Amino acid sequence: MKPQPLALKVLNIASGLLFLGALAMVFLYAPLEITMNYVQKIFYFHVANAWVGMLGFLAAAVAGVVYLIKHDQKWDIIELTAVEISLVFFLIAIAAGSIWARPTWGAYWTWEPRLTTAAILEMVYIAYILLRQGIDDPDRRARFSAVYTLVGAISVPITFMSIRLFRTIHPVVIGSNSSATMGSFDMTSKMLFTMFFTLFAFSVIFVDLFWHRIRLGLLAQQVEEYKLEEL
Amino acid sequence: MLNETISKTYMIAGYVVILTILGLYIISLFVRWHNLKRDLQTLKEIRNKD
Repeated sequence: MKPQPLALKVLNIASGLLFLGALAMVFLYAPLEITMNYVQKIFYFHVANAWVGMLGFLAAAVAGVVYLIKHDQKWDIIELTAVEISLVFFLIAIAAGSIWARPTWGAYWTWEPRLTTAAILEMVYIAYILLRQGIDDPDRRARFSAVYTLVGAISVPITFMSIRLFRTIHPVVIGSNSSATMGSFDMTSKMLFTMFFTLFAFSVIFVDLFWHRIRLGLLAQQVEEYKLEEL
Repeated sequence: MLNETISKTYMIAGYVVILTILGLYIISLFVRWHNLKRDLQTLKEIRNKD
């Protein structure tokens, strides 16, 4: 395996700086929200992680389609990479959201539409990782995974739209809230800027981790090929 | 309005969880990378012996 290219090293540094920048924006630049106070600051990382996670799941479906057309194992690695990293980011979004919900809603978890669809989305892709491991033949595994991500991607727009389609207590960031919403707030321009900066920072971090994970996938493929040749 | 101390505690808890999950994932990438490198090295040595 080749050493890290210069572009990846630059991306590593940029990701680190953007992450620190996002933390600084959240804690030093964004104003305190009057009702929720400090706990509202979870919102910035929660939204960024959820957004990047959902985009990653959609990217996995696109990689799945390309695999089904080209039958190139490279696209299977890209698809697995997108799912794995998205699972991590989406788990962060769910966990951070639950902690925010405790003082705001009075409970860590409630089975309302957004939380329910988000939990289903996470479980759909955890099952993807587990089921993949049960298939030894690389071609069969890649074909199965590609179809799975295509079907699984249906849950992404359902999760995204759930707070817009159903009566829910989960706040809507862009758009109008339902009357049942608890924990919504009016964003000032500084809050909005912080949110977009955090979204950008996590997008770059996603790309950086994506690149590292693809390199790991290629190395794993190399090891697998060696093992198959030894048999 | 939420109590300031309670609000701050949950905020800290939230960011601790965020940093922990992200940190663990990055560590897992490092560990898997080094394990695969070691496996590859071992497989190459076995092949060279044969």
